[in-house]
Amino acid sequence: MANTDDFILSMRGISKTFPGVNALENVDFNLKRGEIHALIGENGAGKSTLIKVLTGVEYPDSGVIEYDGRPVEVRSPLQAQEIGISTVYQEINLCTNISVAENIMLGHEPRRFGTIQWKRMNILARQALERLSVDIDVSQPLGNYSVAIQQMVAIARALEVAAAKILILDEPTSSLDFNEANRLFDLMRKLKSEGIGIVFITHFLNQIYQVADRITVLRNGRLVGTYEAALLPHIELVGKMLGRTITDLDKVSKAKVTGEQPESENCSLEAKGLGRVGSLQPFDLVLYDKEVVGVAGLLGSGRTEMANLLFGIDAPDSGTLIVKGKRVNAYSPLESIKNGVALCPEDRKAEGVLGDLTIRENIILALQARHGWFKYLNAQKQYEIADKYIEMLGISTPSPDQLVKNLSGGNQQKVILARWLATDPQILILDEPTRGIDVGAKAEIQRLVVQLAEEGRSCVFISSELEEVLRTSHRIVVLRDQKKAAEFSSDVDDQTIIRTMAENS
Amino acid sequence: MAQRVKHFIKNNGPLLTTITIFFLIFFIGSRLYPAMQKPQVFFNLFINTASLMIVSIGMTFVILTKGIDLSVAGMIALTSAASAALLAKGAAPGLVMPLMLVMGIAFGFTLGCIIHFLKVEPFIVTLMGLFFARGMAYVITLEAMPIDNPTYRALALTKVLIPGFEKVYVYIPSLIGPILLLVVIYLSFFTRFGRTVYAIGNNEQSARLMGLPVGRTKIIVYAFSGFCSALAGIVWSISLLSGYGGYALGMELDAIASVVIGGTLLTGGVGNVVGTPFGVLINGTIVSILQFNGTLSSWWTRIGVGLLTLIFIGIQSLFYMRKKHS
Amino acid sequence: MKTKTPILKRIREHRLFWPLVALSLILIADAIFAPGFFKIGVMDGHLYGNMIDVVNNAAPLMLVAIGMTMVIATGGVDLSVGAVIAISAAMGAVLINPALGQKLITNDILTADKTNTPLGLIILADLVAGTLCGLWNGMLVSRGKIQPMVATLILMVAGRGIAQLITNGQIMTIYYTPYFWFGNGFILGLPVSIYIVAIVFLFAWLLVRKTSIGLFIEAVGTNAKSTYYSGISEKNVKLFVYTFCGLCAAIAGLILSSYVHSADGNNNGLNYELDAILAVVIGGTLMNGGRFSLFASIIGALIIWTFTITMYTFGVPANALLAGRAVLVLVVILLYSDYARRWMNKLTDRKGTRHGATS
Repeated sequence: MANTDDFILSMRGISKTFPGVNALENVDFNLKRGEIHALIGENGAGKSTLIKVLTGVEYPDSGVIEYDGRPVEVRSPLQAQEIGISTVYQEINLCTNISVAENIMLGHEPRRFGTIQWKRMNILARQALERLSVDIDVSQPLGNYSVAIQQMVAIARALEVAAAKILILDEPTSSLDFNEANRLFDLMRKLKSEGIGIVFITHFLNQIYQVADRITVLRNGRLVGTYEAALLPHIELVGKMLGRTITDLDKVSKAKVTGEQPESENCSLEAKGLGRVGSLQPFDLVLYDKEVVGVAGLLGSGRTEMANLLFGIDAPDSGTLIVKGKRVNAYSPLESIKNGVALCPEDRKAEGVLGDLTIRENIILALQARHGWFKYLNAQKQYEIADKYIEMLGISTPSPDQLVKNLSGGNQQKVILARWLATDPQILILDEPTRGIDVGAKAEIQRLVVQLAEEGRSCVFISSELEEVLRTSHRIVVLRDQKKAAEFSSDVDDQTIIRTMAENS
Repeated sequence: MAQRVKHFIKNNGPLLTTITIFFLIFFIGSRLYPAMQKPQVFFNLFINTASLMIVSIGMTFVILTKGIDLSVAGMIALTSAASAALLAKGAAPGLVMPLMLVMGIAFGFTLGCIIHFLKVEPFIVTLMGLFFARGMAYVITLEAMPIDNPTYRALALTKVLIPGFEKVYVYIPSLIGPILLLVVIYLSFFTRFGRTVYAIGNNEQSARLMGLPVGRTKIIVYAFSGFCSALAGIVWSISLLSGYGGYALGMELDAIASVVIGGTLLTGGVGNVVGTPFGVLINGTIVSILQFNGTLSSWWTRIGVGLLTLIFIGIQSLFYMRKKHS
Repeated sequence: MKTKTPILKRIREHRLFWPLVALSLILIADAIFAPGFFKIGVMDGHLYGNMIDVVNNAAPLMLVAIGMTMVIATGGVDLSVGAVIAISAAMGAVLINPALGQKLITNDILTADKTNTPLGLIILADLVAGTLCGLWNGMLVSRGKIQPMVATLILMVAGRGIAQLITNGQIMTIYYTPYFWFGNGFILGLPVSIYIVAIVFLFAWLLVRKTSIGLFIEAVGTNAKSTYYSGISEKNVKLFVYTFCGLCAAIAGLILSSYVHSADGNNNGLNYELDAILAVVIGGTLMNGGRFSLFASIIGALIIWTFTITMYTFGVPANALLAGRAVLVLVVILLYSDYARRWMNKLTDRKGTRHGATS
């Protein structure tokens, strides 16, 4: 390792376990003075947990944090700010109802006998913004300005009030347009030249190459490595992000009809020019019976947006959707369920499970929704269904009356799968069904998807892990920058897909 | 300049609407009933709404932090009953009044602590406060207890002439509301406490991350509301010269409605204490129009206030949405 | 199953455990300090006594608590139930008024024990009025997307005005004897109101346990987004619970006005919104929604009224009792607060581990 004196921050051997999940496992991370250090990885890779540990939101199970050469214990975000670690989040943690000046100065505002000196405060705030080359009326409420400006104000507060030495920018560019982002990069370079260390988290890979000096890649809570940005080619970076997980690959491969086209040519779902402004540009997609179509793409490429359009969570503003030969007119989850479509949503906790309800209730929910309010399944029938799927999917639980929140991630995912299988869907859309669950459960779910297709259903399999998309799918759709970039048959090699996913726009 | 005016209107839309509505209602009233054109009628509004104005001002801070205080009317009743009992026992007014204020602060402080430390919904905690205060008032006296104290009598009957008008007056207690308003305007715009109140109402999590004293501020807000209620209770006992647990029934609702009509959002963080007195005055104006009419009955006040509350919630969500979009 | 939870723990974790403990504590106190409390006599062929008073008085509150439980289970709250009670009572009184539609009104006509409206129509009008109020709340919450507390506050403020508008501002005394039956009558020695509560409870219970509505309510209260993703219209679920709550309040208004022989826009159902929320919270349904138990809320209502009647028998005046109720709320708040929960958990955990070590 190079000269450690350069490091303003060094985190070593950081581990953090949440119930059922190893969020971080023995991760090292360091930051030099006057450096822009990109931290990347897919969702669930451990980026946000690492940042939470650094800023005192979470306390690590083990590991050391050294700040400026001295070990520190960061207990709260406030304490982190005091020692000079400030974070600007994607959702800006400022108050939109009070003025820009207050947002920058409050807590350290100039006062005389307890009275806020507004004039002086406004001048100081304007000066703080001038340092960032921002010229706005600081007496206006923050909410009157765009997100880009709000972000600048948040940075100004971090520098002014907290006198930050380390600035963490968490997905700062995700809601900025091209010019705004460039302006932010200019600012980052300027701060870097002032000796401030910047941790930059983003999922836009080309932006990383625009500003970052070094890159740290995380995957599944583990450190993949830290690299000099100049020495790491784009394609290689994507490969490192997607990785190859060691699973019991053989079993799945055996079950799969490799490369063969599905026997049936029956078209179960067809999207023609389906699109929605701001989420996904119009795309075509055909889905046949007994077929698994994999969807690959980086974070923000429009994966979840595609699932939401197909399932009717979001109504499209262009194109048509034809399910089993019938054109869909009303877009809603209930309508989709009636058409035989099912969606396992990406965010299991917020959109999937009902933690305080039992396994049985979670499993019958969608079926009951299709039955309506008054055709209630009696208790015996409910237990029959629950038992059937608990057995079929191997959900490990002492009883169907267990609360779902007490299950592990993998078992929760199986419960959601069971909920949809109970409705006997023709078309299954699975958005990241294997995220955050252990290796064994992953393989089981992959095998299940293949098996379901063999039984005559069709599946859309969305995943950030290229390996499993390749393994389970008959065809692969690649998304990039919120549009469909290409479609491949399954004998394509992973390098081609990675190249398509990563291509500079 | 035009830009500034536009900004001002955009940032203060609900407040300006409230003030306009107040003058509009008063204007319509005085057109319909010429007797309302007398200046004294206008100042009677301040006499009649003295207590409501004080509690509403205290309530504004609470609502700005996204909370609610249902205990205010109970505190008015308790203060009036306790004052009457103490004065009847011969306690000096100079002792009774400060004692009541301290009681109000302690009461609000306790509620604030329960809300903050035990993390219980404000409306349940302050509901308990309402029950408790009213119950204690009934423990003190089961029926209205007259106050026969020369100081109270003097305060109740001394007229303060309004300069510039002939024979137009208010009573001393009616001045407390406007004075309190000045204090609160100072607090809300020129102290860290006031700005923290706004920040908490917008996003408590952000306020905490900004290092602002969230817990302390919330507790102070409830203590201040308790103080205002006790003050309103003193005013109430002065103007009625009696104390009783059944006084000010349902006034917490009038206060909340006044604050909302005054342009403060029940979702917190948005509003201006300047609007609150206008909300109170609108309430008072509706009452006096009904009195002048004579045939319309008092329940129209409640329906009118309810309707105005609905309209204001509508207007505010419109303003809010437009702001979010722009 | 090999590892069976100890029976004591199962009992302790049952949702009716704490409400029943509270109720028994009050009753035990009664048994010790007011031995006459449980005496039940027979008069004119029906039962009377403190316990009968408790159930008869608690009947309207139990009804409102049933509706409120469902609203709270979806994560909402209905502050307007007191006002809806007043509206329903006013509706009944106006329709009963024998002077309705007559030009010449004399005192004899006004106080006559008769009505020109069929009783069925009166009851129907009562219930429809309340249901419409509930529908209004439900529309504001589900379609208007206004927070429940704010949306129902509007009717809470305006509702009593509407009630007075209906009765033209008067406190209307009812002289029509058949109407008294709901609040004062007896069937087989027990008050009629008990039977009404039983019927409504049974109906509600069937609704939530024998149709999917109960599951949908709990699902909405647990996680509205997941529920929507599962194809359930969370809007309609919310609309339903507020409407049903309005209906329950209307029935309560019918019983209350029948009990006191009058309709008074200002005082019918005063503080009922608060008592109903209290009953639901005592019953263990959380304010942020999810799991609910109608029966537990009924026990909650009984606790409130047992406590109240107990205080009466101790000679505490009705008005001063409010302070006692406040203490009750405080105890409930403390018991259900995070601190108390954590403390309890720690206690049971430690016991649990010791148990595990010995077995």
